[in-house]
Amino acid sequence: MAGQRARGKSLVIAAVGWVVAIWIFFPIFWMFLTSFKGEAGAIATPPRLFFVPTLESYHEVFQRANYWRVTFNTLGVSIGATVVALLFSIPAAYAMAFLPGKRTRGTLLWMLSTRMLPPVGVLVPIYLIARNTHLLDTVTGLALVDMFTNMPITVWMLYTFFREIPVPILEAGRMDGANRWQEITRVLLPLATPGIASTALLSMILCWNEAFWSLNLTSSNAAPLAAFIASFSSPEGLFFGKLSAASTLAVAPILAFGWISQKQLVRGLTFGAVK
Amino acid sequence: MSAVTTASQHHRKAAIGAGASGALMLAPAVFVLLVWSVVPLVLTLWYSFQNYNLVDPTLHGFAGVNNYWYLLSDPDFLQSLLNTAILVIGVLVISVGGGTLLAVLYDQEFVGRGVARVLVISPFFVMPTVSALLWKNLMLHPIYGVYSWMMRAVGLTPIDWLQRFPMLTVMMIVAWEWLPFAVLILLTAVQSLDAEQKEAALLDGAGPVARFFHIVLPHLSRAIAVVIMIETIYLLTIFAEIMVTTAGGPGVASTNLAYLIYSRALLQFDVGGASAGGVIAIVIANIAAAFLVRAVARHLEV
Amino acid sequence: MATVELKSIRKTYTSEEIIKGVDLSIESKEFVVFVGPSGCGKSTLLRMIAGLEDISSGDLLIDGRRVNDLAPAERGLAMVFQSYALYPHMNVYQNMEFGLKLAKTPEAERREKIMAVARTLQLENYLKHKPGQLSGGQRQRVAIGRAIVRNPKVFLFDEPLSNLDASLRGQMRVELATLHRRLGATTIYVTHDQIEAMTMADKIVVLQKGIVEQVGSPLELYDCPRNLFVAKFIGSPPMNFLPGTVIAASEEQARVRLASGQEIVVVAGGAQGLIGAAVTLGVRPEHVRLGHAVENRGSGQVELVEYLGSAAHLHVRMQDGALLVIQTEGGVRVHADDAVTFSFPAERCHLFNSEGVALHRRSSGRMAA
Ligand SMILES: Nc1ncnc2c1ncn2[C@@H]1O[C@H](COP(=O)(O)OP(=O)(O)OP(=O)(O)O)[C@@H](O)[C@H]1O
Ligand SMILES: [Mg+2]
Repeated sequence: MAGQRARGKSLVIAAVGWVVAIWIFFPIFWMFLTSFKGEAGAIATPPRLFFVPTLESYHEVFQRANYWRVTFNTLGVSIGATVVALLFSIPAAYAMAFLPGKRTRGTLLWMLSTRMLPPVGVLVPIYLIARNTHLLDTVTGLALVDMFTNMPITVWMLYTFFREIPVPILEAGRMDGANRWQEITRVLLPLATPGIASTALLSMILCWNEAFWSLNLTSSNAAPLAAFIASFSSPEGLFFGKLSAASTLAVAPILAFGWISQKQLVRGLTFGAVK
Repeated sequence: MSAVTTASQHHRKAAIGAGASGALMLAPAVFVLLVWSVVPLVLTLWYSFQNYNLVDPTLHGFAGVNNYWYLLSDPDFLQSLLNTAILVIGVLVISVGGGTLLAVLYDQEFVGRGVARVLVISPFFVMPTVSALLWKNLMLHPIYGVYSWMMRAVGLTPIDWLQRFPMLTVMMIVAWEWLPFAVLILLTAVQSLDAEQKEAALLDGAGPVARFFHIVLPHLSRAIAVVIMIETIYLLTIFAEIMVTTAGGPGVASTNLAYLIYSRALLQFDVGGASAGGVIAIVIANIAAAFLVRAVARHLEV
Repeated sequence: MATVELKSIRKTYTSEEIIKGVDLSIESKEFVVFVGPSGCGKSTLLRMIAGLEDISSGDLLIDGRRVNDLAPAERGLAMVFQSYALYPHMNVYQNMEFGLKLAKTPEAERREKIMAVARTLQLENYLKHKPGQLSGGQRQRVAIGRAIVRNPKVFLFDEPLSNLDASLRGQMRVELATLHRRLGATTIYVTHDQIEAMTMADKIVVLQKGIVEQVGSPLELYDCPRNLFVAKFIGSPPMNFLPGTVIAASEEQARVRLASGQEIVVVAGGAQGLIGAAVTLGVRPEHVRLGHAVENRGSGQVELVEYLGSAAHLHVRMQDGALLVIQTEGGVRVHADDAVTFSFPAERCHLFNSEGVALHRRSSGRMAA
């Protein structure tokens, strides 16, 4: 009796859980499906769940002159911004985690608060500075801005991960004769690799998906995927098949990244507030 | 064991020359962020008191508070403030409320839970322009959209959502992007809840509802604070979704502050007016930040 | 090998003084143990010697040379941490090799040294293992090995055995003592385990709140604690303390009346001036003799008997309500609620004045064998 009720309850939970999950995921699934339908199939009514898949839309996307360029722009911006942000963040996070002083807490919160500065608030000066320094519509310019905006987050994440490393291990390194540089490169970094990797990953994801600065600071030359996709919004460019194919290409790598690393991402994203 | 950690916590501060080399390592990051946060801020403030239009070089010089006056008396501006508030609050309510419920749901054991979870958090990894266009075209298009087809299938007339309810629709799209984030964080928090604590409550005879309100929710408070903080940062400047779906329209029905500033600056080239808007955006963000950072700081052990 | 000398060493954190002027000189090859209650500053003192913590004031000399401003590795020390602090990403061999590598020791020499140490510590079969794959005792050995290979002048240990279970701890204690005898290196060892301190030390340093209370060999501390704190701290089970008043005193003895009215004669000098003053009588549980006696008698009722096998602890309520612990041989036939009589051997009793300072005893060495 009780067992039956429990089983019934867990069936209801499973049903609700699955319905919600499918409903939330459906647009992504549909995008994936539509990308294989070809232009005609994509707008068929009623929408088709079963059809003969075709790569027609992908071919067309690849043929659009700027697709590859856009992808390389995105990669350049994401990797460039992430690497530079880490170069700045790792020493900063090390100092705060292992050599804390009276002002450490204040510094951390201040860094976080710079992230609170709304991009729109500084859109105008950034735009004008970029224009005057010829960084407008360049990969470098966008990468720089992305680096600035993500740095508070990378510092925080690294700080959180560094704090989990037992101090005596670093001290043992010091006792063994490691200087500060060796202590960081030979002891800390190998230990912090998973943390640094997930920080880099989050930074990559944020850069890859960043839309505000991409749309405002780039046009034909340095546009990343986020801006490229936006060009499908014009009414005359309303091709569901191509839109879906391009979107799938833009989203798939990050989605895969995210699925694989969700656990580490959470740990970093919560700034250690959730154990 | 705890004695060990507290001792090492104490000894975190290392010896020789700690202060100096610590400052040296911190300096580059602090410098870069300082430049990044101060220079544009000062410039925005400066421009906001100037007559400055990119296409009208004859117009220049000190404008006093004219830009502000002009902006504050502009009904579009008030509408955009209202829309910003609707967007932020609406999405926060949906994502935190829904996120908490879903976190509890996906904390339950059921067949294929792992897969279902991954599906739920997926939209978080989708870039804003893609999300917006997916919804605008594949889902909500009045003719070809799946939702429209479903409405027709049950005998209803499809609605042109983005025309009829632009703000609400944008809000739903943004909520779809951010609900997964809340689930991701809150689920982790729920799972970190001590099983013994739940069992103790069970033995005390607490029902599911009482357990939720007295055990789960208090436990989630710091995670919820983090979710609200991070989401607010992003929600205050939602831009891409509006740009590719409604372009702020019809009229200014779905223009938020971010989009207004963008249209003033980059469509109308009114640097002074846009900067005044920027200053107001910064003030608003700072008010929000003052509350949020403090709330979160309380939950952080630094 | 190396001497270590501390000259009015102090440590101040922000405003609080944690180490309040420690003077200590450690001979070459000596095994010195720091003991004291939690938070008394043992680790801080050790870490200052190691160079992991700045010395606020005072001088630290190793082999007569001031090393206050030298980096840890330049001081020629090695340290074994409580948590082992092995490098988790390196295997056992690499863990031991790291310091040698940093010191630019040639490859062949490194190998030779590591293999020798591994043999000594029976780690030969684990050289390829990562720390995560080792048991607690093995990790402890690797940590020790890592310290030994560098052939330091001074070994520092911070509660190295406290993470091990009781039997392993006993075993490692013996191994450490053996190792010390063989290597003959100067060693400073922090613990709050009595037994470790008593069995391993040449010299024990008792610390309290950043102050050295007493320095001496284990037996000196046991036989002649300088004050109440040391008397309480050294010995297990701890010394019994009974309040009393001096009623008569000679050059060598004092007669003390306890609260119960019993009068006890104690071998203690310099009590003549204390006649009528309140004092504390101390007697170790193992020195109280069960059975009838003519002098220094006491009686009471047994409340609890703890049988430890080789010994038994009787918790006896005396007539004045004071609780006394008596240690007897394990086979004793006494049960709870039994009335017992016992005696305090005059030469085994300690007397402390109202400030807690021990009254001088005539002879300081161990008494009757
Ligand atoms: N970095 C620090 N800042 C402030 N106070 C500290 C710091 N490090 C240690 N202390 C304080 O110094 C005192 C001595 O600490 P220490 O770790 O030396 O004690 P201990 O004798 O080793 O204790 P235990 O037996 O618990 O290990 C403690 O009160 C501790 O709180
Ligand atoms: Mg300690």
